Amino acid sequence: MRRFIVTVVIENKQGLSDPEGETILRDLVLKEGRDEASGGGAGSNGSNESGNNGCRISEIKTAKMLRMTVDSRDAESAVRDVRKVCDALHLYNPIVSMVDITAEPSP
Amino acid sequence: MRLVKVGIVVFPGSNCDRDMHHVLRDVFGFDVQYVWHTKTVPAGTDAVVLPGGFSYGDRLRAGAIAAHSPVMSDVRRLASEGTPVLGVCNGFQILTECGILPGALLVNESLGFMCQWTDLVVENASTPFTSMLYVGQRVPIPIANGEGRYYADEDAVRDLQRGGRVVFRYADGSVNGSVGGIAGICSDDGNVVGMMPHPERAAEYETNPVDCGPARMIFESLAGYAPVQRQRQRQISHAGRVGGGEGEARP
Repeated sequence: MRRFIVTVVIENKQGLSDPEGETILRDLVLKEGRDEASGGGAGSNGSNESGNNGCRISEIKTAKMLRMTVDSRDAESAVRDVRKVCDALHLYNPIVSMVDITAEPSP
Repeated sequence: MRLVKVGIVVFPGSNCDRDMHHVLRDVFGFDVQYVWHTKTVPAGTDAVVLPGGFSYGDRLRAGAIAAHSPVMSDVRRLASEGTPVLGVCNGFQILTECGILPGALLVNESLGFMCQWTDLVVENASTPFTSMLYVGQRVPIPIANGEGRYYADEDAVRDLQRGGRVVFRYADGSVNGSVGGIAGICSDDGNVVGMMPHPERAAEYETNPVDCGPARMIFESLAGYAPVQRQRQRQISHAGRVGGGEGEARP
């Protein structure tokens, strides 16, 4: 048995609106990009190409993350076992969410 | 005549159970008792209410942990037997989380907690909770939730609509981003109703002096329905005993 850190990321399915991510993008990231590009002036209509250190962000999705410490034979088994728990207990709601599960050895 | 017996299920974090108890008992004269979530629903209960609140602090998702409470196996059984079950706000979220009702309740489009009066429009007036309303009737009622945006995929919404299972819609479109402006739905058989708005906050003059009449009818409907349902079940049970039922040896 080895110890793994299993990370479960739960996010909305594609096509489902994510108002929190949209707000972060629209009212913080893109706005900041515009303000930096225009020297902070109001009424700028620039893109975020110059702001945010040139990082061109076009979409942000928020998610919930669960980090679990799991003892298992190997990483694959750890992921498989955690997925069973996620499915059985509805740790994510399959109607609206999808889940991504990864494992790495515990430091 | 025996009073209609209603069980109010209480979870850690429920906070509308007392309002519901007051309205059911003091305003409408039901025989009401609380049912702690680790207990069973008492025999002879005519209807079950899952009240609003923040069960388990909405941790993981609203209603997600309460859906696994021991009492929910009783609620599921009673629902399948035709007992009227009403889920209000967090109660609705719990009913969807445990799969008794379809769909899910997501964070409001505004991302904020919405606490305001709204109007509903009745679409199904044949459930145990709406039989004294009429289709198209407007119901002034408050909403108070952070995760009230009803969502179901296109096929599920089509099924709900075809089956007449949309019970209430918001009159002014979708106040919180709910698909199709859906505010309340019911089960296939109609005996389980889930709704985000709070009828217990709108059903007496003191809390709704403008027009408490329509919201009152939600509880009046139950008062009229439960005795009939009880009689029906008694007849079925009696017929089963007299007829012997399938597979039962006759004397």
